[in-house]
Amino acid sequence: MRVNPRLTDKIVRAGLTFQALFTVGILVLIVAVIFVKGFPYVTAEFIFSYPQDMGRLGGIFPSVVGTVFLGLLSIACATPLGVGTAIYLTEYTKESSLTRIIRFGVESLAGIPSIIYGLFGFIFFVIKLRMGWSLLSGTLTVSIMVLPTIIRTSEEAIKSVPKNLRMVSFSLAATKWETVTRVILPSAAPGILTGIMLSIGRAVSETAAVIFTMGSSLRLPTSIMDSGRTMAVHFYILAREGISMEKAYATALVLVCSILIINIVAYYLMHRMIARYS
Amino acid sequence: MNREDFDKEWIVRLVLLLFALSSLLFLFIIFIFILTEGLPLFYKVGVRNIVLGMKWAPTKASFGIFPMIISSFMVTFGALVVGAPLALACATYLSEYAGKKTKLFLKPSLELLAGIPSVVYGFLGVVYIVPIIREHLGGAGFSILSTSLVLGIMILPTITSISFDSLMSVPSAFREGSLAMGATKWQTISRVVLPAARSGILASFILGMGRAVGETMAVIMVAGNALKIPTSLLDPLRTLTSNIALELAYATGDHRRALFSTGVVLLVIIMGLNLIANFWVKAKVAK
Amino acid sequence: MPFSEKLAEHFRIERPRIVVDVQGGGSSAGIQACINKTVDIGMSSRELKGDEHILRQTVICHDGIALVVHPRNPTKDISFEKIRDIYSGRIRNWKELGWIDRNIDCVTREEGSGTRGAFEELVMGKSAIHDSIMVQDSNGSVKEVVATDPYAIGYISLGVVDSKVRALSVGGIAPTTENILAKKYRIVRPFLYLTSGEPGRNAKLFIDFVLSNEGQGILKKEGLIPVNE
Repeated sequence: MRVNPRLTDKIVRAGLTFQALFTVGILVLIVAVIFVKGFPYVTAEFIFSYPQDMGRLGGIFPSVVGTVFLGLLSIACATPLGVGTAIYLTEYTKESSLTRIIRFGVESLAGIPSIIYGLFGFIFFVIKLRMGWSLLSGTLTVSIMVLPTIIRTSEEAIKSVPKNLRMVSFSLAATKWETVTRVILPSAAPGILTGIMLSIGRAVSETAAVIFTMGSSLRLPTSIMDSGRTMAVHFYILAREGISMEKAYATALVLVCSILIINIVAYYLMHRMIARYS
Repeated sequence: MNREDFDKEWIVRLVLLLFALSSLLFLFIIFIFILTEGLPLFYKVGVRNIVLGMKWAPTKASFGIFPMIISSFMVTFGALVVGAPLALACATYLSEYAGKKTKLFLKPSLELLAGIPSVVYGFLGVVYIVPIIREHLGGAGFSILSTSLVLGIMILPTITSISFDSLMSVPSAFREGSLAMGATKWQTISRVVLPAARSGILASFILGMGRAVGETMAVIMVAGNALKIPTSLLDPLRTLTSNIALELAYATGDHRRALFSTGVVLLVIIMGLNLIANFWVKAKVAK
Repeated sequence: MPFSEKLAEHFRIERPRIVVDVQGGGSSAGIQACINKTVDIGMSSRELKGDEHILRQTVICHDGIALVVHPRNPTKDISFEKIRDIYSGRIRNWKELGWIDRNIDCVTREEGSGTRGAFEELVMGKSAIHDSIMVQDSNGSVKEVVATDPYAIGYISLGVVDSKVRALSVGGIAPTTENILAKKYRIVRPFLYLTSGEPGRNAKLFIDFVLSNEGQGILKKEGLIPVNE
């Protein structure tokens, strides 16, 4: 019996709609569970006080600080390199075998899993360069990890700056570098910032690479050579060792909220840039 | 442009070139160090004994990682089975059926959700999925099934996003032509649009696989980390990534080198997957 | 080890200017780090072997290794032989131990762990731990698995045992401090602080603190066996 194609159409449409809602639903459910279970325990005190008894009691302040430091420092290292690379690839060369090789390098870096970064960071920064488990080792490792993202998004942003802006600038006798710094970068800024925000989000949620380079000390990191935890690492340890379910959910909530806020800001910036040019 | 500006331009160009080359430099350093630490053991013990070896007992000079290679592939495949159909359906709905407003809202939402850290997925897997499997299906709960479910959910945003982009870039002329010939919407989608977006969709699958194969923390939490090759969906298993993360902190000497060797094998697998994905995408662009 | 964190916390109260940074890692790592002089004090939860003896060791306490099961598990006692059989894969079902017909979800520590090393030496002897046994990489995570899986069995440091799990008596002997001191419960290992030669001034102050009544009191509260009793 041949099924009526129109009927098939309706069934398929219903099925796809259901699956789409299911997919989004699962992901929303995850955030919802974290929210519901964690919210009662997230207080100002939780965020700003120190953990006691291995994290069973008290708060997560050192790991908040660790997270902020790691995020900001990695971005500080990766952004100049990343934006510089993007500028070079878009403004200063034409497509050639050199650019292809560089792009291959960037793509490859992007494809390396985080545990390999952890392995590398551990053997190179922590041990060979004798930096020990520290904010420095963690920052350097994470910077390399987020570099591809910054390069990609910066390139996209710079490419979408209209050509006539450049031409106008040259016709006013500006040098290339002046054009880049005074015309192109400011225009591409929202897009570049989007990439930076997304990278901060990635740096902050990383665990495998961070735990083997920054360590897992519960102390408040006050110098770059100090070891410390990020919220992701703290959450991981709390969860695995069954130290405290409530604190684990609460930590997860703070972590997920931070990432969501960072991503939302990134998207807002991106839409501003798109709005500007359409 | 005067002489001073000209020199400055030259310096700027050089500095930016160096910045651009830094990515290659980092890649190079990473490979060199992983290989320097990981290759010697292959020479010492033999590639066969490591890659095809069945017993991992590094403190007793046995470095076989074959069971872990198999396990990694199993859960990656499992993750695809769980995640790909769902993600593709979601992408298809978003691209072909959803209104503009829905698109505008759902796509960024999906990408936001992609930012959830993997350890959170692992945690929820341990708290909810593992006990359910244990009580209703048997086994310890830590299993291929739980790992595949967790990984499958994790790669949903990746596959959906890229497949969606792929589907959206199929020219509307294709759809219009098909509908003009009297095909229904589903016939159009299944016989015209999906095939047209085929390489992009496949690339998304492979990228999803790459993410699943490289996942570490979530897997450690739900896989049970037993060394044997799993013989049932309910058996615990250990992946290449878990192996590294479980023992790195405690390993010394040859044990540590063996973990780097595991890393080398993992890198080979992932680079392989990335190369395949890149070729699919390049082939699509060339079309 | 978590107790080092506690000791560091209390030491800080006494000597706020000396910073004690505790890093995780197992016995082999602690021993290596000490040999490589990357740390002032290395920790080990097993006896030194062979050429590790170039390090100077201070026993700071003893720790029993307890076999634990879920509180709902009616098993209360187990023999050395049965433990070996379970961990070597010969016994796979709880009914062979007098409980229900259900597979035993067995958990061990990872290779390189001092706790595992001690367990293998003191309990397994010549039998090897089977491949099909699940692995977790810390006392806490082993305990967590046993605490949430009614059919699980694992071994953890006695100092980590709490009301979430039940410690089995082995061969009729319960894993208590008294039994350990009386040398009746024999699955015991020493916790060592290792230094490369003479400890530095700050390191010595910390070690002295740990060996003092206050330090030993903290260890005792953690469920460990003090040395000076």
